[in-house]
Amino acid sequence: MSQPHDRGGWPTEEPISQEEHVLSDWERRVDAMHNVLSEKGLRRTDEMRRAIESLDPETYEACSYYERWTAALEILLLEKGVITSDELDHKFEEVQSQVRS
Amino acid sequence: MTRLNTSSNGHGDHDHEDHPGMAHDEELGYYALRARAMEALLVEKGVCSPTEIQNMVDRVEARSPADGARVVAHAWADPEYKALLLSDPEAALAQLGYSLPETTPKLDVVENTENVHNLVVCTLCSCYPRALLGRPPDWYKSFSYRSRAVIDPRGVMREFGLDVPAEVEVRVLDSTADLRYLVLPRRPEGTEGMSEDQLAELVTRDSMIGVTEVRAPESARAG
Repeated sequence: MSQPHDRGGWPTEEPISQEEHVLSDWERRVDAMHNVLSEKGLRRTDEMRRAIESLDPETYEACSYYERWTAALEILLLEKGVITSDELDHKFEEVQSQVRS
Repeated sequence: MTRLNTSSNGHGDHDHEDHPGMAHDEELGYYALRARAMEALLVEKGVCSPTEIQNMVDRVEARSPADGARVVAHAWADPEYKALLLSDPEAALAQLGYSLPETTPKLDVVENTENVHNLVVCTLCSCYPRALLGRPPDWYKSFSYRSRAVIDPRGVMREFGLDVPAEVEVRVLDSTADLRYLVLPRRPEGTEGMSEDQLAELVTRDSMIGVTEVRAPESARAG
């Protein structure tokens, strides 16, 4: 069975929406983080694609484009040991409490 | 609320005007906060600085299809340049002052002719010649375009208003992480007297992806 990313030829007659959404700040920054890390040799396009392609089908389908990029960034940063999952969980809680206050 | 991401380029403010209340809420979703946490950690660890990230945002914003259009117009105006663009795109781009970053995948330029029409897709994700066209449009990343472009390219192009005659061969090029495509569209008739700048204004993003063709201005068509 096809993986969810391998879209070519999937049977669908859904029209192609040509409506553009304006990127949010956070989406622009995720895009930029990927590029910055790429220039520092910490992230390659094929690695990034492999990370996106490793998302489970439900996540892949449910996520928006830059949500998938975020999930992939997390996979790569943890895998390469740039950050640890403990650090990320801790920082995530901190960020959450900041925005709630 | 504390915001780590303060945009200095004004785009953020513009978004807020377009969609009151929306950009604000989008900044608080799970993934937005996850991204903010990663950015904070990268900065804390000295991997990169907020300025580097903001500068990259600005660099990416600065790219647009106008860059690709300039290349296309120059190729239309100068046959020798066109030959170089098709055989050695990197050298040709360098001549116009575009140096592709080392991390950029290889670029292939494909020419539309009266016999062959090229259409570019990335069925796996969203590979796209960002260096020359900026970020890909949403439709290019949509599941429906990625699925349908390879099985019904003519139907897809009709949705974009282009009916490719049956006798013209349609070639669909599937981009990869390592190889991207730029379509060199056909120069429309009636544009013989136009300057390069005028030509560049006719060249649309979609024509360089291949879902449309370049159209001559009304005045040239009438004449």
